Amino acid sequence: MSNPNCEALAVESATVVTQAGAWTRVRRNGAVRVGGVILLVLVVIALLAPWLGTVDPSLFDPASRDLLPGKVGEITTLEGETLKHKFLMGSDSFGRDIYSRVIYGTQVSLIVGVFNAMVALAIGIVFGLMAGYLRWLDGPLMRLMDGLMAIPAILIAIALVAMWRGSLLTVVIAIAIPEIPRVTRLVRSLVLTIREEPYVEAAISLGTPTWLIMLRHILPNCVAPLIVQGTFICASGILTEAILSFLGVGLPPDIPTWGNVMAEGRTQFNEYPHNIFFPGIFLAITVLAVNILGDGLRDTLDPKMAKRS
Amino acid sequence: MLTFLLRRLGSTLPVLLIVSVLVFLMLRLTPGDPAAVLAGDAASTEQIIQIRASLGLDRSIPTQFAIWFGNLLTGDLGQSYYYKTKVTTLIGQRLEPTVSLALITITLAVVVAVPLGVLAAWRFGSVLDRALMGFSVLGFSVPVFVLAYVLIWLVSLKLGWLPVQGYKRIGDGVGPWLYHLILPAITLSVIYIALIARVTRASVLETLGEDYIRTARAKGLPEVVVLMRHALGNAAVPIITVIGIGIALLIGGVVVTESVYAIPGLGRLTVDAVLARDFPTIQGVILLFSFVYVMVNLLVDLSYVIFDPRIRY
Repeated sequence: MSNPNCEALAVESATVVTQAGAWTRVRRNGAVRVGGVILLVLVVIALLAPWLGTVDPSLFDPASRDLLPGKVGEITTLEGETLKHKFLMGSDSFGRDIYSRVIYGTQVSLIVGVFNAMVALAIGIVFGLMAGYLRWLDGPLMRLMDGLMAIPAILIAIALVAMWRGSLLTVVIAIAIPEIPRVTRLVRSLVLTIREEPYVEAAISLGTPTWLIMLRHILPNCVAPLIVQGTFICASGILTEAILSFLGVGLPPDIPTWGNVMAEGRTQFNEYPHNIFFPGIFLAITVLAVNILGDGLRDTLDPKMAKRS
Repeated sequence: MLTFLLRRLGSTLPVLLIVSVLVFLMLRLTPGDPAAVLAGDAASTEQIIQIRASLGLDRSIPTQFAIWFGNLLTGDLGQSYYYKTKVTTLIGQRLEPTVSLALITITLAVVVAVPLGVLAAWRFGSVLDRALMGFSVLGFSVPVFVLAYVLIWLVSLKLGWLPVQGYKRIGDGVGPWLYHLILPAITLSVIYIALIARVTRASVLETLGEDYIRTARAKGLPEVVVLMRHALGNAAVPIITVIGIGIALLIGGVVVTESVYAIPGLGRLTVDAVLARDFPTIQGVILLFSFVYVMVNLLVDLSYVIFDPRIRY
């Protein structure tokens, strides 16, 4: 304690070592690798959608209705030009190319998943920090969160989208709202633990302002559990969006999403089950990849949480 | 025990109150005029104003809430915009299919998941254990409606064993009733099985490391008794808890499953009400589901006393 510089140095080097250790553990984890690689492939598919042998997913042609997978048909572009096109996954009852709709649907699902996690985390972090730090707000805010948690997530999302009408923004927010209480609780409990740590006490006694303590000491310690939580929120967001669109209360039917493609395939399921199976497989693989990644991240980044479940 | 009961009820009531405020605000602060929706397209402005007055929509939001909440306490959930009947009547008509589906699903899930979880914990690290953990990740990831269609395609269309869709009331005979509910219940139970099996495994795994398990084995008890009475018995609390929490998953799944299998229950009613923008019905169904969820978890908390005598309130 006689030499404060030495103390600071020791602490810093210790932190660097553990962070490097965590990153190496993450990279070497099998689940992280498997989930990560599948997700990477999906991201590439989403980015390269226009160049993967797709046509504009909203194009339709009455002459190419209800084609079986692999059949060649024609499709009319917006300019009125008729193209020969191979319908790899068949076509729906409007004569739209299901393959193109599924590939473009990857973009929508990934965007919804990521933004859903970001919105839920951002609001949850702010609420959690407030609940953990402002005593007078803790009670009311957490009771509000208890109330929100008592309503099943899908019902909140359905009701909100019903009010606001479906668009990308409203769907993302409606799906994120039921996830907020979990993030808030997590951040709050982390804040309550971390604020008792000696280094926070030291910072307080040195006169560090509260916002700086939050930014420098509390938040960095929340990062690992939040990444893990965020991954699971992302997976559940992708699922919920597909469910909403499938039930006809999500994104407008002209937007190519996996849920919408499946909703359109419902009436003809007996004759053309692939209209539901192709988007269903993509959806299941995506959610599975995100969940596997989340499991791997939890095991490596957040050993305490891994033990609990 | 009585003080605990009162205290626990005391913490449940505010949650229910907050839920009703949230549900009220969620749908009352919507853009769009319920009176205009109720009156229909052909209505004149006077008619709309009249309906608005009769619904009390011309008063302030707090007054509206007070009236609405007062009605709620007397069991009046209002009038459906779309079906033009009382919401409570509507819910009453749709209750049987949903309750049937939920009960069969829960029974199925517990009967399958708990033994699987115990076995996986008993043979920790074995093929069975790893298969179960893999299945549980899969169970969380395959969307319930995709699974529903795969099962319909395989079991109903290809094999022809079970009906594709529909529902038969239990009053028409238990046989047909069960026959129509098997596939929906299997569909719905998968995610629930995944959840319960996972928690059972983790919980039993923890108790298996305890000293009393070694003692039980050392005194020569059969392994089944060690596992079921000592390990599972002491691992019961987290399992019961997750069954309670899983009700939320179940309710979400009911909405989807009933839609796919054309079961005329509460889940189907929710979707129909949302598509028709029938706000009183949406409010009523959400309130009912949330109320059930809160109450089930209250019962779960109270049941700890039975499952773990160490807990005394």
